[in-house]
Amino acid sequence: MKSGRFWAWVVFALGAAYFFIPLIATVEFSMRMRRGAYSFDAYQIVLGDARFQATFMYSVVAALFTIILGVLIVVPAAYWIRLRLPQLRPIVEFITLLPLVIPAIVIVFGYIRMYGSNSPLPFLANDTATNALLVIGYATLSLPYMYRAVDTGLRTIDVRTLTEAAQILGAGWSTIITRVILPNVLIAVLSGAFLTFAIVIGEFTMASLLNRPAFGPYLQNIGANRAYEPAALAIIAFAITWGCMSLIQILSRFAPKSANRPN
Amino acid sequence: MAEPFLSIQHVRKSFGATTVVEDFNLDVAPGEFVSFLGPSGCGKTTVLRMVAGFEEPSAGKIVVGGKDITRLKPNQRNVGMVFQAYALFPNLTVAQNIGFGLKVAGMSKAAIDSRVAEMLDIIKLPQMADRYPYQLSGGQQQRIALARAIAPKPKLLLLDEPLSALDAKVRVSLREEIRSIQKKLDITTIFVTHDQEEALSISDRIAVMYGGKAEQVGTPFEIYNRPATKFVANFVGTLNVLEGKVTDAASGKVQVNSQEVSLKGKLNGSKSGDTLSLALRPEAISLGRQPGHDASLSGEIAEVHFLGSVIRVRVGIGGNTVSLDTFNNSTTPPPVVGDKADISFSSGDMLVLH
Repeated sequence: MKSGRFWAWVVFALGAAYFFIPLIATVEFSMRMRRGAYSFDAYQIVLGDARFQATFMYSVVAALFTIILGVLIVVPAAYWIRLRLPQLRPIVEFITLLPLVIPAIVIVFGYIRMYGSNSPLPFLANDTATNALLVIGYATLSLPYMYRAVDTGLRTIDVRTLTEAAQILGAGWSTIITRVILPNVLIAVLSGAFLTFAIVIGEFTMASLLNRPAFGPYLQNIGANRAYEPAALAIIAFAITWGCMSLIQILSRFAPKSANRPN
Repeated sequence: MAEPFLSIQHVRKSFGATTVVEDFNLDVAPGEFVSFLGPSGCGKTTVLRMVAGFEEPSAGKIVVGGKDITRLKPNQRNVGMVFQAYALFPNLTVAQNIGFGLKVAGMSKAAIDSRVAEMLDIIKLPQMADRYPYQLSGGQQQRIALARAIAPKPKLLLLDEPLSALDAKVRVSLREEIRSIQKKLDITTIFVTHDQEEALSISDRIAVMYGGKAEQVGTPFEIYNRPATKFVANFVGTLNVLEGKVTDAASGKVQVNSQEVSLKGKLNGSKSGDTLSLALRPEAISLGRQPGHDASLSGEIAEVHFLGSVIRVRVGIGGNTVSLDTFNNSTTPPPVVGDKADISFSSGDMLVLH
């Protein structure tokens, strides 16, 4: 028993070292911009760069629109599949997994061919439409995470009985979704939303090939031309992602209580 | 019966090739409490769900208060329903749960608050308004579900096995409370259960269901004492079934293990030589020949179980075994297995099963 615990700690330490040593090395390197002393110069340069602020804000706004689009598509779809079409679940799960299998570059080339200026849906004809196409692409990329998060949330409540209880009390579909279903899967939706946020903030391929001024291409551009700033940017991006994950944990404390989640 | 408030007419329900409800007919008077009693899979919940609007009948119609509601959506029927699994909304407080239907109906906040307080008083939980469902016991949750169902003043109350998830003690107290609230509000109610004691104790009438059909509809007294079919007799209460042969159809004479019993014309068209299933409730039988009992059979004590206040005795009569209970008497020792014994009963209590 004691020997088992010892090896468990060894494996844990090796795993932790595998993740943390590169991270610590990157932090250390990002602080060595000033010769002979540690400093936050690289961070000051990055955060003071107007392009950093512009591209970061662009990606934040794109992420918010992606989350809204994702919630509007995924919540009603996952709800309806649980309620009325459970036989379609395997098919829908397969479809939602496709963005993990098909590389983003293939998807974006497909978009460029399909929605060029000669297309009946000319998404690439102007910047606003291209931004919309980028958001649609991001919603596709985040589909595996958003669908699974919402579906897991729906699994914790008795969707059918709650729906019927609301129906018999006179509620229509919009009331049922907004007042009964959504509040009870809100934490699951938020989990999906923060995962979506993390994906969109660092996404490079789609934004680059659609020529959008997003944070991902900016990261790549800085990485190719500077020494210390890319390391600082990597740490900033990492902090944002971890911030999102922490928010999921904090917000889950405010979830509606239920028999499944009494504490 | 007065003009029925709920009329279920020739209703049938099929799922693909499987028919779960067949030609179901029932009229329910205003303010009446009717139970659907039957084993799992007999179609009782399906009929209830058709009345609620969650299932559409394959044929037939459902009329409430003179209006055909067969094709109406559940949210257009003004029907209240209590579910087995409580189905309280976990994100809403008790008060918000009770007020849900009122808010959907567009009532003012003051009117909702007043009605919610009234409902909390009726279910005797006035201090629970701000609690969440997870903070309540099962019995309290089901009371809240009942209050939520009746708050919008529905025309009809449907109870889908509301006591099944509760422990025995709470079940008894809550069923009495449900009945008392139903009487107070005079609301027409359908109650689905597989528990015969529940159905017998609180219903005005019971529809005993089997294989998608109503085998018998009657008062608890009729269902228990005059079961119309073998299934009803077996399903409701404990029953001793004896095989008998008609020896003289005209005078109602039947032979059980070569012993003759006269049933006084209850043979319902059977001919001499026919084999019949005869049934006796344990409480109708006495050990030994008793005054007032006009029929008797002789047999042998097969089993004796001393249960304290009661002694359960099984008497073998040829190939039949009859079970009966006698009260413990400190001056009389219990019967001994293998002893010869007579049992007696009133021939009027013997039922002929079909």
